[in-house]
Amino acid sequence: MKVSIRVNGVAYERDVEPRTLLAYFLREECHLTGTHIGCDTSACGCCVVVMDGDKAVKSCTMFAVQADGHEIMTVEGLAQGGALHPIQQGFWDQHGLQCGYCTPGMMLTAYVLLGQNPNPSEAEIREGLAGNLCRCTGYQNIVKAVKQAAEVMRQPAPAAQ
Amino acid sequence: MIPAAFEYIRAHSADEAFAALQKHGAEARVLAGGQSLVPAMRFRLARPAALVDINAVRELDYIRLDGGLTIGATARDSAVERAPWIKDTTWSLLHDVSRVVADPVVRQMATVVGSLCHNDPAGDWTTAALAARAEVLVRGRSGERAVPIDEFLVDSFTTAVAEGEIALAVRFPGSGDRTAGSYQKVERKVGDFATAAAAVQLTLNADGTIKAAGVALSAAGPCAVRVPQAEQRLVGQKPTADLIRAAAEAASQKSEPQADLRGSVEYKKHLAGVLVSRGLRQALARLGVQA
Amino acid sequence: MSIEAKSERHALGHRMKRKEDPRFLQGKGNYVDDISLPGMLYAAIVRSPYPHASIKNIDISEALKVPGVKAVITGADLEAAGLGWLPTFHGLDKQMVLAVGKVLFQYQEVAAVFAETRAAAYDGAEAVQVEYEPLPVVADPFTAKKDEVILRPDREKKTNHIYHWEVGDRDATARALESSPKRVSQRIWFQRCHPAPLEPCGCVAHFDTMGRLQFYVTSQAPHVYRTALAIVTGIPEDKIHVISPDIGGGFGNKVPVYPGYVCAIVGALKLGRPVKWIETRTENLTSTGFARDYHMDVELGASADGRLTALRVSTAADHGAFDAAADPTKYPAGMFGVVTGSYDVPVAHAEVDAYFTNKAPGGIAYRCSFRVTEASYAIERAMDILADELGIDAVELRRKNFIKKEQFPYKSVLGFTYDSGDYHKTLDLALEKIGYKALLEEQAEKRARGELMGIGFSTFTEVVGAGPSKHFDILGIKMFDSAEIRIHPTGAGIVRAGTKSQGQGHETTWAQIVAEELGLDPQNIMVEEGDTDTAPYGLGTYASRSTPVAGAAIAIAARRVREKAKKIAAHLLEVGDGDVEWKDYKFQVKGVPAKSVTMKEVAFAAYTNPGPNEPGLEATNYYDPPNMTFPYGTYIAVVDVDRETGEVKVRRFLAVDDCGTVINPLIVEGQIHGGLAEGFAIAFMQEIQYDSEGNNLNTNFTDYLLPTSLETPHWETANTVTPSPHHPIGAKGVGESPNVGSPAAFVNAVIDALSPLGVRHIEMPVTRDKVWRTIRDAEAARK
Repeated sequence: MKVSIRVNGVAYERDVEPRTLLAYFLREECHLTGTHIGCDTSACGCCVVVMDGDKAVKSCTMFAVQADGHEIMTVEGLAQGGALHPIQQGFWDQHGLQCGYCTPGMMLTAYVLLGQNPNPSEAEIREGLAGNLCRCTGYQNIVKAVKQAAEVMRQPAPAAQ
Repeated sequence: MIPAAFEYIRAHSADEAFAALQKHGAEARVLAGGQSLVPAMRFRLARPAALVDINAVRELDYIRLDGGLTIGATARDSAVERAPWIKDTTWSLLHDVSRVVADPVVRQMATVVGSLCHNDPAGDWTTAALAARAEVLVRGRSGERAVPIDEFLVDSFTTAVAEGEIALAVRFPGSGDRTAGSYQKVERKVGDFATAAAAVQLTLNADGTIKAAGVALSAAGPCAVRVPQAEQRLVGQKPTADLIRAAAEAASQKSEPQADLRGSVEYKKHLAGVLVSRGLRQALARLGVQA
Repeated sequence: MSIEAKSERHALGHRMKRKEDPRFLQGKGNYVDDISLPGMLYAAIVRSPYPHASIKNIDISEALKVPGVKAVITGADLEAAGLGWLPTFHGLDKQMVLAVGKVLFQYQEVAAVFAETRAAAYDGAEAVQVEYEPLPVVADPFTAKKDEVILRPDREKKTNHIYHWEVGDRDATARALESSPKRVSQRIWFQRCHPAPLEPCGCVAHFDTMGRLQFYVTSQAPHVYRTALAIVTGIPEDKIHVISPDIGGGFGNKVPVYPGYVCAIVGALKLGRPVKWIETRTENLTSTGFARDYHMDVELGASADGRLTALRVSTAADHGAFDAAADPTKYPAGMFGVVTGSYDVPVAHAEVDAYFTNKAPGGIAYRCSFRVTEASYAIERAMDILADELGIDAVELRRKNFIKKEQFPYKSVLGFTYDSGDYHKTLDLALEKIGYKALLEEQAEKRARGELMGIGFSTFTEVVGAGPSKHFDILGIKMFDSAEIRIHPTGAGIVRAGTKSQGQGHETTWAQIVAEELGLDPQNIMVEEGDTDTAPYGLGTYASRSTPVAGAAIAIAARRVREKAKKIAAHLLEVGDGDVEWKDYKFQVKGVPAKSVTMKEVAFAAYTNPGPNEPGLEATNYYDPPNMTFPYGTYIAVVDVDRETGEVKVRRFLAVDDCGTVINPLIVEGQIHGGLAEGFAIAFMQEIQYDSEGNNLNTNFTDYLLPTSLETPHWETANTVTPSPHHPIGAKGVGESPNVGSPAAFVNAVIDALSPLGVRHIEMPVTRDKVWRTIRDAEAARK
């Protein structure tokens, strides 16, 4: 079945079986391997991507054909113009990652969370990230990372030169 | 981990979806949120020959306050969770549920109607729908019909939606002022099904007596179960600690849970009572009443 | 609250941001499933639904008809090639690759299917038809002990008993316990659990144009894999190239060699194409190395005023169907002998009897430091039970029995020589930071109102850094580790080590060690691990051994570089070697500080003007540690128990760790946070359960529970520094301490909360149901 999906602003047209999961489409058709697969039961969130700019979805629980005509942002689309996104910078500064496997999904869930709630409390961050598992960090520095990102993102953008 | 092969049909209208379901009969499943269906397909526990994707059917993607609340088949859990009116006391039961279904990412795809159609014994929306006396709009061969939730939920994973039919919306009746609810859920962690949960909704008369009561339990039987014994006990009475205790006891008695890794039968029955008690207290507190 | 940073030093002790992060942040990590080779096939494994059954027939004909399927292999095919069984790392047993004759645990590997696509491989696996004849199931070690059903007829001795291990003085301990004024005994079960790293195990196997096996695999010990594969397959070791790429978490799960790996290699050989095998989460939880499952009978004796007189532990270990516990050869029960913990115990005896059961094989995993988690849990729970029996405060009982600072190095009666420690200091710091007095007052008030609040302690000592060649080997290979350092003309460099990080931050910490020793910028010291063609031979990363062993090798190699650099410096400074000293990160002429050269200048000279010296600037060290290291800590948990629901809320958790010299406080804190979250999960929600029919009940994340950011408590951390006297930079390991020390703190806190009801013990995981029932039964008993 033919699908056309815009991923990080680039159109990918492919012919795939309907049963191809979106996660595998991204990894194996688009060769964007930053989206990871960590479980069988939609629990871990390693596969989270952003659909249509404002919806975090578990791409292992969705077929590529469902995403036909839609926009997907993966972790590879976070950095803009060679500069890390404040969320990425936050994770780096606050040691919010160790093995890195949950990190893409975690950051993208945070991306959507901050889009809806630009000034979340620690409790709101922990609630908002509860669909993403991490085995390495114990979550504490992830929360700090998201808090830092939120603060940076709330700063007014510098005036155009 | 890869599903068995299937034919994919994307519907662009309710008519198209219905026609596809009629054509494929038992071989077809509706794909809305897919958050229950796709995992089942990945384990090949579900092997539909055809999936009818209704996510592009715009006419089903709505949430309407119309005296009551009508939620279309493809409206997401998260849309309810973030609705501008969700903090109104009158919708407090749905407010509570919308924050504990599955996890915050799954909720961005999952649908309320889909959850009702799935009818997991430990479902949250089904339990709330019972307590709130909702009805489900179903389209069949002879047209559309409104099915009261008590009749809609037939058995575990079985509803009144027959082969070839489709659920279009769920309607929660408006209850006016002096209505509040509460959803109390014990889960081992976010994303787990309920170990036990209780949905409660109360409407008070002007004199403070209880005008209407809805009490329902999750994970307490083959599907979510209403506790009419508790409801009847509550109606017409002034809320007191004893009354709450009696309602909780009725809930505990009514609860018929399965023992599983989440807990024993006696623990779950005990929890049912505790959660109804806490739910009633919270609903009343939301109405400014201490019992 | 955080780990103290010694920031005035050059690189050691800096809270340096990690150098490896940029690629992970941008989704450019290179995990094994990211690897794609031209012509690559996919493998899927057919697994047994039965826990114990004879295989009557395997029919692969339908599977071969599935479009895309290229081949199917079974145990018979592997046996014919001499690959039916592979040796387990412990070496005393072997494990079937694909089942031969019968299956011994549910989900055991029975056949492997190779196909053009992942989907076709699963379709093919579904189409393989296996006829089983069920056999009686042995579901626990006590049943196994009876030997009514012999699980392993392939072994010489027809018994389910695998081995008996003991240490200490059995008779003296028995006598001491007999004559002890006070005595407690408790059966303490450390439940079976699983490390469940988020990246499952997997590999890509490929025989290249030179006939070399290129083997990309999630391995915490790539060199050992290479040697093991050479032995098992007969392929010469120079023709095997094992590459561990980025690994998404290990926690001991990625130490054993799994049947899927061997199948992938066989498939690649047979079909002449690369083969990728990536397991599913279900496969990971049901067939790869589990952790714990120790049934421990613990007896502790004391004088009336609380001086310990004796400790006896007798354990039944459930090893599953094969003894695949990856212990060093002489230590079938790992470091269990550290069970005397932080205490000066005059006489002790510990024994372990291990049994086969119809469950997945394994036992050594999940940050266990080779069974130290079990040992630590046993002694820390026993101390609380003893304190309860004696009516003495649990803290005072510990303080009274701590090994004193002056006693180090301390030789325990079970054979360990603890290198250093100051337990009283760490305990006092913890009590101060938690505000112990105020908490006790609050608890008294709450108790008067019938509220259940608990304060739990764990003052653990653990042992890491395997290990000295005198005692330790894996399959005969001694447990040294290694480093190779080369400094480039412009003062940058590369260090290669025999360890393999799975998130521990070696690309940063190893650079910090080198930078400290050589006065160079750690940003320009590249770190490489995991490629067996280039890295010096090492035993890998697990059991917190990397810093104690490889960290030492790196420091020593760096010092050797510095020794050579000193000669070149002398040449540049035009003085004799003996007139140069390394001071303030520079080479200075003794007594004339103005006459100096930097390491950077020396590096350049090593290639452009070495003088009479050999050009170049590099050194290697293979480090055989003289001893293990003994990190320790005081952990305190404060909990509130909801009587009605049995829910335990962890209100506070303080971890004060002492791992000696801290290389990077940010990374150490991260390790502590992560390990505490795992200990929390084990204490409250994790278990791999098998029912009495041998069915695995926790096959996925729906039932094997990993806590989310919402359940996981906030962690308070602090540290003391008591360097290891025998380590070149005074460092000990630390990654496993939080998992070693925390479960007891959590459980001790719950028991403390329930102690007014007369409750003395509760089994992990401490679920709501268990807590509720314990309270209800205790209250009923009091009526």
